[in-house]
Amino acid sequence: MKTTFATLAAAAMIAVAAPASADLVVPNLSYRTGPFAAGGIPYADGFNDYFTLLNERDGGIGGEKVLVPECETAYNTEKGVECYEATKGSGALVYNPLSTGITYQLIPKVSADGITLYTPGYGRTSSANGKVFEWVFNYPANYWDGASVAVKHLLDQNGGSLDGKTIALVFHNSAYGKEPIRTLTELSKKHGFKLTEIPVDSPGQEQKSQWLQIRREKPDYVLFWGWGVMNQVAVQEAANIRFPMENMIGVWWSGSENDVKPAGAAANGYKSLAMHGTGMDYPVYADLKQYVLDAGKAAGAGDQVGSVLYSRGMYAAMVISEAIRKAQELAGTSAVNAAQVRDGFEALEITEERMAELGLPNFGQPFAASCEDHGGPGAALIQQWDAAAGKWNLITDFIAPDDEVLDALVLEDSAAYAAENGLAERCN
Amino acid sequence: MFYREAGDFKTTYPEDAQTFPIRFDRVRYYAVLAVAFGVIPFWINDYWANAVFVPFLIYAIAAIGLNILTGYCGQVSLGTGGFMAVGAYACYKLMTGFPEVSILIHVLLAGGITACVGVLFGLPSLRIKGFYLAVATLAAQFFLVWLFNKVPWFYNYSASGQINAPERTVLGHFVTGPNTSAAAKYLFCLVILFALAWMARNLTRGTIGRRWMAIRDMDIAAEIIGVNPLTAKLSAFAVSSFFIGVAGALFFAVYLGAAEVGEVFGINKSFLVLFMVIIGGLGSIFGSFAGAAFLVLLPVLLKNVLVEGMGWPTDLAAHIELMIVGGLIVVFLIAEPHGLAQLWRVAKEKLRLWPFPH
Repeated sequence: MKTTFATLAAAAMIAVAAPASADLVVPNLSYRTGPFAAGGIPYADGFNDYFTLLNERDGGIGGEKVLVPECETAYNTEKGVECYEATKGSGALVYNPLSTGITYQLIPKVSADGITLYTPGYGRTSSANGKVFEWVFNYPANYWDGASVAVKHLLDQNGGSLDGKTIALVFHNSAYGKEPIRTLTELSKKHGFKLTEIPVDSPGQEQKSQWLQIRREKPDYVLFWGWGVMNQVAVQEAANIRFPMENMIGVWWSGSENDVKPAGAAANGYKSLAMHGTGMDYPVYADLKQYVLDAGKAAGAGDQVGSVLYSRGMYAAMVISEAIRKAQELAGTSAVNAAQVRDGFEALEITEERMAELGLPNFGQPFAASCEDHGGPGAALIQQWDAAAGKWNLITDFIAPDDEVLDALVLEDSAAYAAENGLAERCN
Repeated sequence: MFYREAGDFKTTYPEDAQTFPIRFDRVRYYAVLAVAFGVIPFWINDYWANAVFVPFLIYAIAAIGLNILTGYCGQVSLGTGGFMAVGAYACYKLMTGFPEVSILIHVLLAGGITACVGVLFGLPSLRIKGFYLAVATLAAQFFLVWLFNKVPWFYNYSASGQINAPERTVLGHFVTGPNTSAAAKYLFCLVILFALAWMARNLTRGTIGRRWMAIRDMDIAAEIIGVNPLTAKLSAFAVSSFFIGVAGALFFAVYLGAAEVGEVFGINKSFLVLFMVIIGGLGSIFGSFAGAAFLVLLPVLLKNVLVEGMGWPTDLAAHIELMIVGGLIVVFLIAEPHGLAQLWRVAKEKLRLWPFPH
């Protein structure tokens, strides 16, 4: 009790600056420190740079400037919650925390506060069901899609049958890493392969015993659900036990340059999923160079442009800006509020033509959201690392996931969430 | 001047034995209570509750718990995070298993369950001491986290292994779940903290506390004068774990609303609470509050000053913040190894003599 007064005094010094509410506020809960910074930095840079581009080139979205206040979470859920509370009062329209753990924390909060949560390629998979999750969107693809696409790719390689094969799932021992297990279990029943689960505790620098187990059990394939510092360790360890790299497939969060470069030539042939294209061969980069990079307005050190995760941050920013544009169109005003932005997300349609207009032709898959569908088509590409050239090559087209299996799982999980929280279904 | 004993004479035993024998202390204590209960709930908002007050209150409970064990009874423990996890998972299982029972009872029951687990892991303390015991409790930390990750029953077989606190009310107000008002959250934690701190203060002043302190100061001598080390040590483990379990339950249910055992209740949490106790002052209830306030508020304050006030990049601010907090801890331990509580005691001594220092 005694210090509460001292607390008050200290608290009086904690000033919370609130930006002008006239602008569109899209907080960036980023992490540039901690064991996951290798993934967080390029993503945050791409995210910020795209909005800077819109502000500099077009004067924002529909004439409204976009503010992107950044808040450091260090991939830590407690700090993430603090960041959310610190920024939500500033008129925040949408959150993209880039962390499955923080997403789980925020889902109930954003639903109560009426702010959209956009989690492309991560977060709670079953939030694809818009009937239950009104405020959460995770198109164009989610973890279960990813797991299914990886299995489909393996099916393609094995003449359509995985009967009798063994697949090991090496995963970050957290909500993020556990997410695909349910799907893979179902798929293993359907296709007759044996699934071994091998957890790696966060942050994942220590994986020796896991890879010894792999060496002993000799699975035919390894699926890998890692992030941050864990990725490069896994690639290196796989190389150390001479696991055939082309038989190891990472999720899209385990497929950036940072993950394979430390292992050098040994990483050649490592595969990963990809939600979108990568590289500098898109027209948008000319504008980005002119308005952002050369103008000295790049976020961070400006050295991440064109990398896989930079592209992903930019992609997320692009989808958010398109949703805001849609919301402005629907609401008939440029100064949209959080509820109108949610409607924009729900009515969003990204076509191939629109992507080309934005300077990103053939970058991602076209999709259209609806009241029921917050999850998108879920297709993904497979990319393979060429160590000599130092670049990722796309080796497949977009592969569609096995919706027959996934839809039932999404319904089951979201129904469980609805029951737990006493939610009624929407869209009826 | 302020701390005056002249004229503050006691004529009865109850007067002499009261918690705050000096009038100024007493008055200030009631003033703080009045502000905490009567003023803050009316202006608190989500940010202040979630970033400042609720974590402070919950960490204060945990710090008092660890202080009872380490500060009063001399049993070094690194298992705080694991015991908080026991509280959180016990609370979760109770909340989902018996939705009709009040959350307040669940929180206390979660503390009780943690007390049992704590006693279990306290058993080695009868044979081993100091660093060796620290390692044994470290084992508890890793075992418990592993257990809650490994056995799906604890997280009700959810796909992600996360536990989510369902909505529960006290007296018709939500205290868990997203619709909880800041004031309800704050008051719920404050009431529990008040009750527990009051209990801790009186426990440590009485027979049990004296036994703990005797064991801490010299266990063989304590045994010779008739203190039973078995009951003394195990009761310290039980009471301490009870507090930590309650803190874990509140941390999960009220503060975060969802938790992932590896991240939230990992070894870092054990260290954080231990630092709070060390910085605040071993063997002091006030020190537990001071340490919790120091380690909860300082990072938030620094972040706001550096990022919002001075406009620094977030990553630079985060690194500088680590350096400042770490540096301050080191400086503190060199300049005042007995913590903030000792600083406060020294300040009081000086105030008593003021304006005539020796």
